[in-house]
Amino acid sequence: MPDNTVSAPITRDDAYFRLRQEVEEFYYDEASALDERRFDEWLECLHEDILYFMPMRFNVKFGQHAERENTTADEGMSWFNEDKWTLKKRVEQILTGVHYAEEPLSRVSHLITNVQVKQASPSAADAQEIKTSCRFFVYQNRVEHETYNYVGRRYDTLVRENGRFQVIRREIILEQNILLAKALTTFF
Amino acid sequence: MDKNIFGDTDLDAGVVDRKIFVDEEIYQRELETVFTRAWLFVGHQSQIPNPGDFFTSRMGEESVILVRDKKDEIHVFLNSCRHRGMKVCRYDSGNTSLFTCPYHAWTYSTDGKVRGIPQYKDLYEGVLDREKWGLIEVAQLVNYKGAVFATWDKDAPDFETYMGDALMHLDMALDCRDGRPGGSEVIGVHRWVLPTNWKYTAENFLGDSYHNPSHRSVDLIGIGPSGRAGVKGRRDGELETATHVWINFPQGHGVHSAVQPSFGNYTPPASDDPEIGEYFRECHRLRQERLGEESRLLPFTGNFFPNTGYHGGQPRGLVVWHPHGVDKTEGWRFFLVDADAPKSVKDYLRKFYMRYSGPAGMTEQDDMENWLYASKSCKGVIARRNPFNYQLSKDASQQNPTVNGIQIRGRVTTQMTEHMARGYYRRWQDYVNDADWDTLLGKHDPRHNVVQAAE
Ligand code: FES
Ligand SMILES: [Fe+2]
Repeated sequence: MPDNTVSAPITRDDAYFRLRQEVEEFYYDEASALDERRFDEWLECLHEDILYFMPMRFNVKFGQHAERENTTADEGMSWFNEDKWTLKKRVEQILTGVHYAEEPLSRVSHLITNVQVKQASPSAADAQEIKTSCRFFVYQNRVEHETYNYVGRRYDTLVRENGRFQVIRREIILEQNILLAKALTTFF
Repeated sequence: MDKNIFGDTDLDAGVVDRKIFVDEEIYQRELETVFTRAWLFVGHQSQIPNPGDFFTSRMGEESVILVRDKKDEIHVFLNSCRHRGMKVCRYDSGNTSLFTCPYHAWTYSTDGKVRGIPQYKDLYEGVLDREKWGLIEVAQLVNYKGAVFATWDKDAPDFETYMGDALMHLDMALDCRDGRPGGSEVIGVHRWVLPTNWKYTAENFLGDSYHNPSHRSVDLIGIGPSGRAGVKGRRDGELETATHVWINFPQGHGVHSAVQPSFGNYTPPASDDPEIGEYFRECHRLRQERLGEESRLLPFTGNFFPNTGYHGGQPRGLVVWHPHGVDKTEGWRFFLVDADAPKSVKDYLRKFYMRYSGPAGMTEQDDMENWLYASKSCKGVIARRNPFNYQLSKDASQQNPTVNGIQIRGRVTTQMTEHMARGYYRRWQDYVNDADWDTLLGKHDPRHNVVQAAE
């Protein structure tokens, strides 16, 4: 089950919109770090205890989506089921200069939209931990003619550490069944 | 068939014409002659444990349904309605008592029989014989240690004959780590599209160990099971002290396995986690106890003709390279663990599998890049005037040699080689030429018979 359940609808007051702007800025900074290939800075956006998860998705009978549409983090195989160590390794791999699936580097742009704060605790005015949802459009152009469009949803949990947000849980819902790309070499 | 269809391909000389990877006519022939006759991997019994369970798979370009019927019997059907061809199942898996065609609503039961035809009495009575219009079923099917293989050819030899001496290498992928036969389960299937001809991937899994340098990035950073303990490499050094063997079988199969020099040389994976490491050590001890000297033979990788590849240990699973147009392949990767392994071990393994394998795996992303741009070159007119070199370790193999005290059956080298690929394409040509089954089993291939005859 995606961790996108909402306990009580958040009130969309001034504090909410300020918080949302802060989150949007955080996401834009994060996207820029990736697109401008400041990978080490990107890693700093992620909490040490992060779960970074992208399920595989199935065609299932109507009514079974909640239970069976997506793989879960707790068992079996998914596209990504990462912690900070493996994400650091992925960055390290790019920096070797011989990770041929990203050498030469791809051109990537992350578009982050539809950002909403779903939950804030203890409050929107004093948000220490929040749940968000957003959409992404990740465009990748590789070498010459290779182009991939990844579109989907992201459900994050952010925590405030030393005044700034870090992602402690990220669920990436790519809107594909059979993966229509040869390799997922970019981050989401 | 015109011999010339293979262009400049000359396997005795060790050259392969690039056209075989891009030629539409050859591709159509392959669909008709390879994928309708050879034994193909469809799925695993653990994916359909209960009556009515199904898993939608592929054979060649075509969609098939692997299903356990209400009487507990396993079937494989073409996923195509007999009326106008609509897919009768568009779910990836599930449980059902009927497959209902969305188009005109014919229904089929899980044993493939026509159950219902709307307005049968008024519109078809006395004309349509329901017995004749069930789902199209494979000609032969085998459940081998849980792995379901099937063929459309009723004249194909039985599965074990088809596998020949390669079977014991499949065993090493399917058997429990402690040597009990079978007992594995599929914990997930990666499915993705790669822009390459299906033979590129199959050939790589035959045992192309020569492409090791392409994986330098993961070897440098260390992503193996023990990577967290700072161990470099993309796998743990289980096979480090072993003598590697590259084996070509007469039926076109090829594997890369390894033989430990003695019992003492085993390094278990998972040095970062003593508990998991202990589990593997104990499995290995039990395997030794069960299999004796033979347990010194360890699996690595291979490909069973035509398109079922495997990894035998790190990671572990079967992969099918489905043709998907001449320049596209659909990879279906079935990951295996021992069904009765503790959850902690399964978690440990699956996390390694995920960071290693498939389109999101750090190791195999680099394969994907090479397969794309290498196979693309085959379209070039000038490029195609210049065939590929397949001469690595030519004429270096021996028949059934003894390696570290164990006889290894097949044509074997203990150095890196492309003889598996040369043998594979010999058989592949026979299929494309629509040869008889004796030929397809390599019975007329002098390489596999001269020495045998002298034995
Ligand atoms: S196509 Fe299936 S009922 Fe007509
Ligand atoms: Fe590889």
